Amino acid sequence: MSSIASGGGARPTRRAVALTTGLLIVFLLYSLAPTWFLLVASTKNQTDLYSTFGLWFSANHLADNFQAIWDYHDGVFGRWIFNSVLYSTVGAAGSTFVSLAAGYGLAKFDFRGRGALFGVIVGASLLPSTLLAFPLYLVFAKIGLTNTVWAVLIPYFINPFGVYLGKVYADTSVPTELMEAARIDGASETRIFFSVALRLVRTGGVTIFMLDFVNIWNNFFLPLFMLNGERSFPVTLGLFSWVQQAQTSRDMNTLVLTGSLLSIVPLAVFMFALQKYWRSGILMGSLK
Amino acid sequence: MSTLTRPAQAATDSPVRRTSPRRTGRRGAYKGLLFMLPFLTGFLLTYVVPIGYAFSQSLHEKKSSGIGFGPTRIVFVGFANFSAILSDGTFWTGMLRTLLFGAAQIAVMLGISLLLALLLDGIAARAVRFFRAGLLIPYVIPGVVSTLIWLFLYSPTASPIVDIADRAGTSITFFGGLSTYLSLGNLLTWQGIGFNMILISASLQALPRELYEAARLDGAKEWRIAWSVKVPNITGILVLTGMFSLIGRLQLFTEPLFLRYVAPESISTDFTPMLEIFDRAFKTGDYQYAAAESLVLAVVTGILAFVFYRVTNRKLS
Repeated sequence: MSSIASGGGARPTRRAVALTTGLLIVFLLYSLAPTWFLLVASTKNQTDLYSTFGLWFSANHLADNFQAIWDYHDGVFGRWIFNSVLYSTVGAAGSTFVSLAAGYGLAKFDFRGRGALFGVIVGASLLPSTLLAFPLYLVFAKIGLTNTVWAVLIPYFINPFGVYLGKVYADTSVPTELMEAARIDGASETRIFFSVALRLVRTGGVTIFMLDFVNIWNNFFLPLFMLNGERSFPVTLGLFSWVQQAQTSRDMNTLVLTGSLLSIVPLAVFMFALQKYWRSGILMGSLK
Repeated sequence: MSTLTRPAQAATDSPVRRTSPRRTGRRGAYKGLLFMLPFLTGFLLTYVVPIGYAFSQSLHEKKSSGIGFGPTRIVFVGFANFSAILSDGTFWTGMLRTLLFGAAQIAVMLGISLLLALLLDGIAARAVRFFRAGLLIPYVIPGVVSTLIWLFLYSPTASPIVDIADRAGTSITFFGGLSTYLSLGNLLTWQGIGFNMILISASLQALPRELYEAARLDGAKEWRIAWSVKVPNITGILVLTGMFSLIGRLQLFTEPLFLRYVAPESISTDFTPMLEIFDRAFKTGDYQYAAAESLVLAVVTGILAFVFYRVTNRKLS
């Protein structure tokens, strides 16, 4: 962002600076303390979790907690992480491809009803996905798709907001002249799409992929409706099942806490790797 | 889709070409739709058919034959489910509760986000980067995980907050009466301020700097400029974020569902419309009524979005 301290011009008084910084620090602590708690709690065993101060470390049991998580139900937690990675990468890749193709078709070809179709897509992108979950469940149950990988993947593939972004990117970065030139050279429409257009919208593609990946990783709602078998759960749903068990049977709180921490790691790695696309991603995501 | 072949004609002959001068001519029609085919097929399967099917389901009711032990059958009842919902007190109470609570919580959340954005707008760039990164941490934490964290921070046994309060000789409970709403509101605010701050910051950055000059020459202090010059110029983004947040709140589900495990007596199964739908569908097994409730909620959301759109368009233009 800008390098201008925009208060600039008239120099702010020392008291104003102190007040500004002080308030920011207060909210910074508010933002960070709960995450700090998670970090600290992950290193504790069951007894220390209840008996020692929550915001500071006691004896380090992180390795034991990892072991306990690993041992639980034949390493089902590892399976959940694997599922989350699978759903997020395949779901986001599929959605990115479908969105880019549809956006390209919408932006670069003229056909009757194009405007209306675009209107429907924009409208659908405003529809919260939670509202659709139950109707989707009814249909997928009817055709016997619930409790399969497809029950979550297919809905992830279809992202109207992604199509909207795909259209914007195709509009701005695929010159029609280039397509015409390729046509004169005898390239087929599919060829033009795959070897010319897809390359030009690469940046847009990464942004769509990133938004989808994060959304799918964080999604809880759709798998909750669609999936029954523990071994097909993504990590969000797996953690929820642990919370439920903690109420009825043994105390699983250290598992829940350490598992929560572990579930963030792949996401953090992913976001770090795609840092470059972050800001535009956030601002794009805000449109939704 | 029956329109697949015809539009070719329309595309070439159409005298109206203002949106796309000379696209691809004859080939445009079906080629364009071909690229959209994967999406359109999926859209049909995941949007159009489910909504249609939910509607047809909502016109039915599960009836058990005989004295209740025989097999159940699904019978057509017309709009009976909908008229039942219209007079269903708990459903509307849940709706109203969610909306009122959402309005209050969003006001607080956007207020803090605005304050943070204004504070960041007034300090040195190097520090901005640091604070912004820190304030964004909660946004990066998945919703389920942040809810889990606060579940522990609110729990009577493991919470460091309760611990501190105990040492100070007072006791804190996070649920029951108003506390329930404050606790839920705090969780949602914690999740939301970073993201909203980024949006408000972005629109503050977009304001022309000259705007402040006149005020500054008149001797206005920074807080005065913030309140009288900056804020009035970014109402657009405030209204927009407010609207999206409120529509999102109507679907409130995950957070109260989790918090129910700490405070089942404070957060009932019909606390929000989505909780009620979930409970109705998967605990009671009353799919038909749940489908009708889903549709009613969708319509209410749609109406809200439309009203918002009309009001803001009038106000901002």
